[in-house]
Amino acid sequence: MGEAIVITSGKGGVGKTTTTANIGAALAQAGQRVALIDADIGLRNLDVVMGLENRIVYDLVDVVEGFAKLKHALIKDKRFENLYLLPAAQTRDKTAVSPDQMRALVGEMKQEFDFVLIDCPAGIEQGFKNAVAGSDKAIVVATPEVSSVRDADRIIGLLEAEEKHHPSLIVNRIRPSMVKKGDMMDIDDMIEILAIDLLGVVPDDEFIVVSTNRGEPAVLNQQSKAGEAYRLISRRLLGENVPLMKLEEEGQGLLGRLRKMMGIKG
Amino acid sequence: MFDLFARVFGREDASKEVAKERLRLVLVHDRSSLSPQALESLKNDLLQVISQYLDIDDQGFRVDFSRHEDAMALVANIPIKKKVSRNL
Ligand SMILES: Nc1ncnc2c1ncn2[C@@H]1O[C@H](COP(=O)(O)OP(=O)(O)O)[C@@H](O)[C@H]1O
Ligand SMILES: [Mg+2]
Repeated sequence: MGEAIVITSGKGGVGKTTTTANIGAALAQAGQRVALIDADIGLRNLDVVMGLENRIVYDLVDVVEGFAKLKHALIKDKRFENLYLLPAAQTRDKTAVSPDQMRALVGEMKQEFDFVLIDCPAGIEQGFKNAVAGSDKAIVVATPEVSSVRDADRIIGLLEAEEKHHPSLIVNRIRPSMVKKGDMMDIDDMIEILAIDLLGVVPDDEFIVVSTNRGEPAVLNQQSKAGEAYRLISRRLLGENVPLMKLEEEGQGLLGRLRKMMGIKG
Repeated sequence: MFDLFARVFGREDASKEVAKERLRLVLVHDRSSLSPQALESLKNDLLQVISQYLDIDDQGFRVDFSRHEDAMALVANIPIKKKVSRNL
């Protein structure tokens, strides 16, 4: 029996889909059987981030309505044979499925997979309720900005009211140089405010753009800092006690630091 | 050099401090689900009751809601004026 994890945030555009794709790929890379569900009905995106958009035949709503079998709707990843995607319907809306239907679907998928990762839509309405319904655990993604932390706080409140999902936090798009200058909240600030466990920290990384352009999760690239962060997060999800990623400014080293202190650029 | 200087002496205008303060205020309302008016009168009532016993610095008086595990706690920070006479 596998574990279902919803990746949520309240606010849109903070990295839920990126996180789902990368943790999914990293877990698959580590040999786990993984299924990703795109629960953002009407605004599907996980398929393009994974580079699987050309293979879609059936979607989540087709399965829930009994129009297609689950095994026919699941799309096998190009790179890992133990990684699958259940795409969202694009021409329907959130009301096309109910929390009960999601619970049944996720329950069925947990029989076959070690991990079922659910990419949650933004908001706290029906789409959120659907995405959360079948999940055992929640990962809350937030960026170090006032609006994102505020929305994360709201989501954590809703999840904790159900006393079921043990939410943990991923801080995404940290920029160490801004943190150092005092122009960005750091991890401690965010943990203090939100009062939840920290699962991981992902730096802001240009490579994420390249990786979405190509439809290849960043964890497949050994050079990507964000990819490295997601690999560490996945190991933590597997129960390994690995430390958080050390985030350093560009141009570190003694010379770089000296230059910085003297205000010399380059 | 300025960077180092600023760090040693602490930049008061560091924008993250502004962000944290703004978040603090927003979350008080979000978490309490009290209307701003209700919250204001809660503060005033608290202030009034405590002033009967202590000399409070009402400039620094703060009320927060913070999360502890799965419960919400009302946390009041009530600075007492230095000049309070001590019973020596
Ligand atoms: N760590 C990161 N570094 C740089 N860009 C990022 C990072 N995480 C997300 N992004 C970018 O932010 C945008 C929103 O991300 P996405 O995962 O689609 O958010 P959500 O699913 O929460 O709406 C995308 O353009 C994505 O490429
Ligand atoms: Mg998304």
